[in-house]
Amino acid sequence: MQITKETLEKIAHLARLEIKPEEEAGLLNDLNEILVWVEKLNEVNTDGVEPIIHMTREINGFRDDLATNALAKADGLKLAPDHDGNFFRVPKVIKDKSK
Amino acid sequence: MHYRSLSQVRNDLDNGSLTLPELVRHYLRNIEENAHLNAFLSVYGDSALEHSEKIQTKLLKGNAGRLAGLVLGIKDVLCIKDRPLQASSRILDSFHSQFTATAIQRLIDEDAIIIGRLNCDEFAMGSSNENSAFGPVLNPLDNNRVPGGSSGGSAAAVASDCCLAALGTDTGGSVRQPAAFCDIIGLKPTYSRISRYGLASYASSFDIIGILSKSVEDAALLLEIMTGYDEMDSTSSNEPVLRYAELAGNHEKLKIGMLNYSGDEGIDPDILQYMRSISSELKELGHVVEEIDFPELEYALPTYYILTTAEASTNLSRYDGVRYGHRSTNGHDLESMYKKSRSEGFGEEVRRRILLGTFVLSANYYDAYYTKAQKVRRFLQDKTRSLFDKYDFVILPTTPTPPFKFGENATPLQMFLADLFTVLASVAGIPAISLPLGKTSEGLPVGVQVMSDAFTEDKLLSFSNYLMQETLTSKA
Repeated sequence: MQITKETLEKIAHLARLEIKPEEEAGLLNDLNEILVWVEKLNEVNTDGVEPIIHMTREINGFRDDLATNALAKADGLKLAPDHDGNFFRVPKVIKDKSK
Repeated sequence: MHYRSLSQVRNDLDNGSLTLPELVRHYLRNIEENAHLNAFLSVYGDSALEHSEKIQTKLLKGNAGRLAGLVLGIKDVLCIKDRPLQASSRILDSFHSQFTATAIQRLIDEDAIIIGRLNCDEFAMGSSNENSAFGPVLNPLDNNRVPGGSSGGSAAAVASDCCLAALGTDTGGSVRQPAAFCDIIGLKPTYSRISRYGLASYASSFDIIGILSKSVEDAALLLEIMTGYDEMDSTSSNEPVLRYAELAGNHEKLKIGMLNYSGDEGIDPDILQYMRSISSELKELGHVVEEIDFPELEYALPTYYILTTAEASTNLSRYDGVRYGHRSTNGHDLESMYKKSRSEGFGEEVRRRILLGTFVLSANYYDAYYTKAQKVRRFLQDKTRSLFDKYDFVILPTTPTPPFKFGENATPLQMFLADLFTVLASVAGIPAISLPLGKTSEGLPVGVQVMSDAFTEDKLLSFSNYLMQETLTSKA
């Protein structure tokens, strides 16, 4: 498997990252080198092996279903780059179709 | 003044030859003198001194906690309420914690004093501390060499006597490897042994808080106090908390496996030589020592990289510039604000791992990479844990090389290999410790790693204590 320029652009979009043109060649090289190396795992016969989903073998620890207010609104907003006192403020979401 | 354990500190506090404010001032002076190491991102001098006065009074009254006298540094991935936390990343510029990590709260409740916030690789991704947005940490033993990573600041701070012990986190070796490089002790407990509440996640099925110290007894005491179920982390274990600090154990005629790795090329000859001498020394002490061939070791690193990058790509999606941290002013709509904030905020290694993780989780490749790695993880876990049907302990080097020079491991793949021996315990979820036992012919530190079965930290620590006392090479 080789990551192409197109695949790289696609995964960068999925990860909400931008790749500068001057970074692209080095990144493709690094990622492909790593991928070739991890393909070593195909040497391991894993027929009939169940994938590990949870590392702990213990049964879920449940706590009482009681509502608590972990973080007051003012504290939640305190670190926001932009807010209006009630909500986080972000740049425009809906695109203007006339343009 | 150069204390190696809390019991030494307590002895001097009890006989009146030392006061706790004096001790804190000693560490603050050392922090200043070692500022060039770049280990501390914040120093909490005023609050440390204030607490030292209060705890000194408690000591005189006889009602001080078990950790009174212990001055501790904290890796920059663990939350302390109202203190800055950045995981050494620009994406968390100006972030302050809204709560305190459970493990740290338990230490504070026993009168530990927190002296500062310690540099690390960004989001704990790295093996040399070269990936920090705040610049690299220097190895106190040789300033041209890396201190290891990702808990490089924690290791350097303890090694340079800027605090008695430090907390780090270990995902693939991030406590053990820097401990080995800085010639101190590094303990990674069993996965889930300590609550992760208040730990900025890298890879949640691997991450565990670890301890860097100069004595096994301090590591054991800190573990005992931090351990135990926490309702804020439903994955934290309900297994009983053992009296680790007692270091009680029978060390007669143990069965010890020395793990061999067939791909020995690239491993420092002095380290191989040292492992052989430890082996014969243990035999002379009357133990049964056998060599174990474990060719499967070579699959541990690729398994680790697939799973941790996948988990990191998910965990780090929360950093979006909306609720806290860095927000780019160059975005013109929501999507470009996300992209620009993340691309400006994350460093090169973090972006590379997010991309790789996104790739292995993407629809077309999920089974070929991610599911495959989860299967190999189970295979390796079974294989590793079955070693303990036969052996009490398994010994292997902590690192394939002594501390390397800055810039020496130029490609990501070369850097990954620094974790060759530490990832096995991480993949299997078992405890492991690095002990500062050896030296190369150049005088560089060699860490010896001991692994034991899950939830047997009591045995692991008492055996470690025995090794530190008994092995002749440690005194050379």
